[in-house]
Amino acid sequence: MGLERPPAMNLRDSPAAKIGASIAIATGLYGVSFGALSVASGLDFWQTMALSLLLFSGGSQFAFIGVIAGGGTGLAAMSASALLGIRNGVYGMQLNALLRPTGWLRFAAAHVTIDESTATATGQVEPGERKRGFWVAGLGIYLLWNVFTAAGAFLGNALGDPRQWGLDGAAVAAFLGLLWPRIRAFQPAAIAVVCAVVTLLAVPFVAPGVPILVAALVAGLVGWFRRGGTPDHAPGHVGDGLEPDIEPYRHDAATRLPPPARRGRGEVSGQGDVLARGDAPAHGDAPGRHPESGVAP
Amino acid sequence: MNFWLWVLVAAAIAYLTKLLGYLVPAKVLANPRMSRVAGTLTIGLLASLTVVNAAASGTAVVLDARVGALVAAAVALWLKAPFLVVVIVGALAAAGLRLLGWP
Repeated sequence: MGLERPPAMNLRDSPAAKIGASIAIATGLYGVSFGALSVASGLDFWQTMALSLLLFSGGSQFAFIGVIAGGGTGLAAMSASALLGIRNGVYGMQLNALLRPTGWLRFAAAHVTIDESTATATGQVEPGERKRGFWVAGLGIYLLWNVFTAAGAFLGNALGDPRQWGLDGAAVAAFLGLLWPRIRAFQPAAIAVVCAVVTLLAVPFVAPGVPILVAALVAGLVGWFRRGGTPDHAPGHVGDGLEPDIEPYRHDAATRLPPPARRGRGEVSGQGDVLARGDAPAHGDAPGRHPESGVAP
Repeated sequence: MNFWLWVLVAAAIAYLTKLLGYLVPAKVLANPRMSRVAGTLTIGLLASLTVVNAAASGTAVVLDARVGALVAAAVALWLKAPFLVVVIVGALAAAGLRLLGWP
């Protein structure tokens, strides 16, 4: 990373690097749960490692094994994983505008473009700090996530019958844990409930795995036809969890800045680089405004 | 069943999706609708995956120990437990309920 490495500045003196490192440790640790659940779902050790090494996006990895565990086909698993990965493309645009990586660094940056590295980078104001935060979080999580995936896969294999140890219950908890921080207002909650009901209704009628894709279609249509800006009946829903770059797992790290959804955005659009934010232009970045307050400034 | 093909295809698609954001000029991809769809898709998929893993067994909807895990995880999240703790609580709930004789 020659050019991008901070020159004289010690990483130890960089607040962004510290945040990135603490997020990397917290996130890397639960690679254990992914590894154990993946082998419990029926993938073997190396397939599990391939997901962490090559696919490297927690939500998509859990989606893949979640479909397999439910008896779905590889095609359905791949589709759910691909749809859940769309938000990473949005992060890519955002980070490309913020970090401007050049040459082969773009290809490396793309691989470590995930929720946490994006959140760390967009949480910084100074360009050098953004880079340090992004790379420390991205590379740190990549390393630890893979180490702990391997540990979890070994553990999962050693445990034997996954149901006896409640690993199927652990998978349920993991998905709810990924969803939970995104439910911050009425609208995302409504989408979640509708998609849950659609899924339950579809289960008896279509092949395993397909109900998830039906729910994805419904969610996609809601997003497609949902109007930009703040609806009158739900003022101030910016920060409601519908932005793709919401930081998940926010319970994990103690050293957190305020949610990234409301930071850095002004500067980004100021650069003239469009960053598609469905809602942002309508609200700006009013600091201290709480989404649940329901009061327009 | 051999899942290798799908693992590798999924990995390739995931990487290309990320890369697309860096390579395609922002103007082409960046529109509010795209962001909204990415946001609602994420929520819808996670909600659906939660339900499938909690209550689906093949093509049947069943109530077994996994529903207990769902409730226990929700309580843990409500109490702001970290992710890893939530996962462990889910496992303990399911394993515990099975010990008590719930399927």
